[in-house]
Amino acid sequence: MESVFGLVGKDFAIVVADSSAVHSILVHKTNEDKIMVLDSHKLMGASGETGDRAQFTEYVQKNVALYQFRNGIPLTTAATANFTRGELATALRKNPYMVNIILAGYDKDVGPSLYFIDYIASLHKVDKAAFGYGSYFALSMMDRHYRRDMSVEEAIELVDKCIREIRSRLVVAPPNFLIKIVDKDGAREYGWRESIKDAPVAAA
Amino acid sequence: MMKIDFSGLDPSMLVKGNAEGLDDEILAAPSFKLPVTVDFDGFQKAAVQMVKPAKGTTTLAFIFKDGVMVAADSRASMGGYISSQSVKKIIEINPYMLGTMAGGAADCQFWHRNLGIKCRLHELANKRRISVAGASKLLANILYSYRGMGLSVGTMIAGWDEKGPGLYYVDSEGGRLKGTRFSVGSGSPYAYGVLDSGYRFDLSVEEAAELARRAIYHATFRDGASGGVASVYHVGPSGWKKLSGDDVGELHYSYYPVEPTTVEQEMADVPIA
Repeated sequence: MESVFGLVGKDFAIVVADSSAVHSILVHKTNEDKIMVLDSHKLMGASGETGDRAQFTEYVQKNVALYQFRNGIPLTTAATANFTRGELATALRKNPYMVNIILAGYDKDVGPSLYFIDYIASLHKVDKAAFGYGSYFALSMMDRHYRRDMSVEEAIELVDKCIREIRSRLVVAPPNFLIKIVDKDGAREYGWRESIKDAPVAAA
Repeated sequence: MMKIDFSGLDPSMLVKGNAEGLDDEILAAPSFKLPVTVDFDGFQKAAVQMVKPAKGTTTLAFIFKDGVMVAADSRASMGGYISSQSVKKIIEINPYMLGTMAGGAADCQFWHRNLGIKCRLHELANKRRISVAGASKLLANILYSYRGMGLSVGTMIAGWDEKGPGLYYVDSEGGRLKGTRFSVGSGSPYAYGVLDSGYRFDLSVEEAAELARRAIYHATFRDGASGGVASVYHVGPSGWKKLSGDDVGELHYSYYPVEPTTVEQEMADVPIA
């Protein structure tokens, strides 16, 4: 089961996701990127059915871009969250998307924000959130050690604590995790936490 | 609490008419408690069912320095019946792209043919070849739109485009993965083991072909739903080329030849007196 979690710091937000692509007992890939960069200042980490995850997050990404093209200004994080939730809700009673989403963004006026959107289209603005079996360990770790005004270093320390806990306590723990951060300078990859490295491929 | 009643086997136990309270437990017929479950033996079947993928085949593909190596077995099975030992599971989409078949044979053949048509239309409309990423995305979007309707496709799209060798795994649940090594089918765990331990990026074409062939052979050895002929294809800068197609039974004896054992005591005919 895929683990995604995130938290809001002083002036940034972090989203962490495992990077295994799994089919029953087989691990097809250990470096899959599940955190989609929606635009310059938004991250969407998603967990759930493979096809739905990739297709739905791309759909949101393209609609965010379309809004910017049409209107000349980017969508706010809150608006993106509500749009995402609306799409999930509309599809829910017909052809539901089985994806759980953690949306993180940075707006100039509001600062960093984190939204918890689950597969039955509930939406909550939160300081910390987690999905998947890993959430059983990450949520209590975050509840215990989280403070609203954490610096990047302190937040990454907390993230590492959560990852360590998931690795040691979850029976089918994913080996590798990807961390992405969004702050006033934009959304970008922060780092990998790998315990299994794929065979090295020579650079083209 | 369920209790097995053994009173029928033990005629010496007499039920006392005026026994009450604690005596009931002590003087009741001997029995032991069964676990409280609905289906005691079913959990093992469920565990096996979870592991057994529906796609009875072994296909694999990997990227290495000289391109993409694609290999597959050729057995088609319907439950326990082997319906064919000579199925073409590597589908030639166009001269520089291959697709592998796992799952429903008709689904794979039809949608790969359809993909080939769409790729050709792209070429005509845009005056350039479609990329492997683009082709795999076309197929993934089609399969996603049929999600939940019972299509069974587990395929790998391998090709060589402007960016070099490309390999994508696409399945009927709508998943699409970019990678360097994939194996699909019921024999894939066996193939992964051999493939992962022997893989290096800087294999030569012959070494890579031998690795692919060996991985398919080992999977056909252990998996009942895989067998027949191990086909190996290579996709290079100028397109794909079929390298070999060896019967896995013959491969077995070439990898593990029968040692002639020394006979300790030969039985000789009794001479007729």
